[in-house]
Amino acid sequence: MNEFKVLTRESGNAVVMVLQGFLDAHTAPDLEKTFSELMSKGKYNIVVNFDALNYISSAGLGVFMAYIDEVRNNNGDIKLANMQQKVFNVFDLLGFPYLYEIYKDQDEALKKFNSR
Amino acid sequence: MKRSEKIEDKRVFRSTTDALAGVREFVNERALQFGFGDKEVSEITLAVDEACTNVIKHAYKGRPDGEFEVKVLATGTAFQIVVRDWGVSFRPEDVPLPNIRDKYRKHKAGGLGIFLMKKLMDTVEYQGRDASNEVRLVRYLKDEQKS
Repeated sequence: MNEFKVLTRESGNAVVMVLQGFLDAHTAPDLEKTFSELMSKGKYNIVVNFDALNYISSAGLGVFMAYIDEVRNNNGDIKLANMQQKVFNVFDLLGFPYLYEIYKDQDEALKKFNSR
Repeated sequence: MKRSEKIEDKRVFRSTTDALAGVREFVNERALQFGFGDKEVSEITLAVDEACTNVIKHAYKGRPDGEFEVKVLATGTAFQIVVRDWGVSFRPEDVPLPNIRDKYRKHKAGGLGIFLMKKLMDTVEYQGRDASNEVRLVRYLKDEQKS
């Protein structure tokens, strides 16, 4: 069984979302639920740490696409950080680097929010 | 140059998303056995996940009581995977290739899976066969990957 976990914690004026394991059509609803909870709490500054994410398919990528408008319309952003090369390759194939800020390190991404 | 091992193997899975981990494990092991490197194995596994996700979501429309078959036929330099289902037939020509900016505006992720499959594999072919549908994916082993 390929498990998936998502943990969130606050850092300054942002929320860090830490992803672990395998993000596919089976586990994508868990990520959607977490995004939906953040939206309902008005948390729109989001940094996603991919360090422990081993796998992503298009079902997982679709979740980031589903929330980006709502987040940006509320002056927030979804910034992506710490991706393993094989996960980055999937984002890259679909042109995500043109639409999302992708950082090597989550602290760089957090600084962008905290300097605003 | 060592010839790659000939492989013929298949598994049947239930049409639920929790089958995907087993599909990936099956394909991952066979692709490694055939001689692909880690990057190619990851790419092939992702393409097959996308094909099976489409079967579960579209051919069976989320119904959990269907089955699909994943068959690996690998010989020479060709690693071929055939995913077969008995659900609603699928016409890939009805799914436009996504424009990522457009998708992003419309909040839709559909079509990304087919786009990825085409990017990751050398051949992606759909065909109806009797009461079933098949998608055939092929990736060729390049010379430098043979041991």
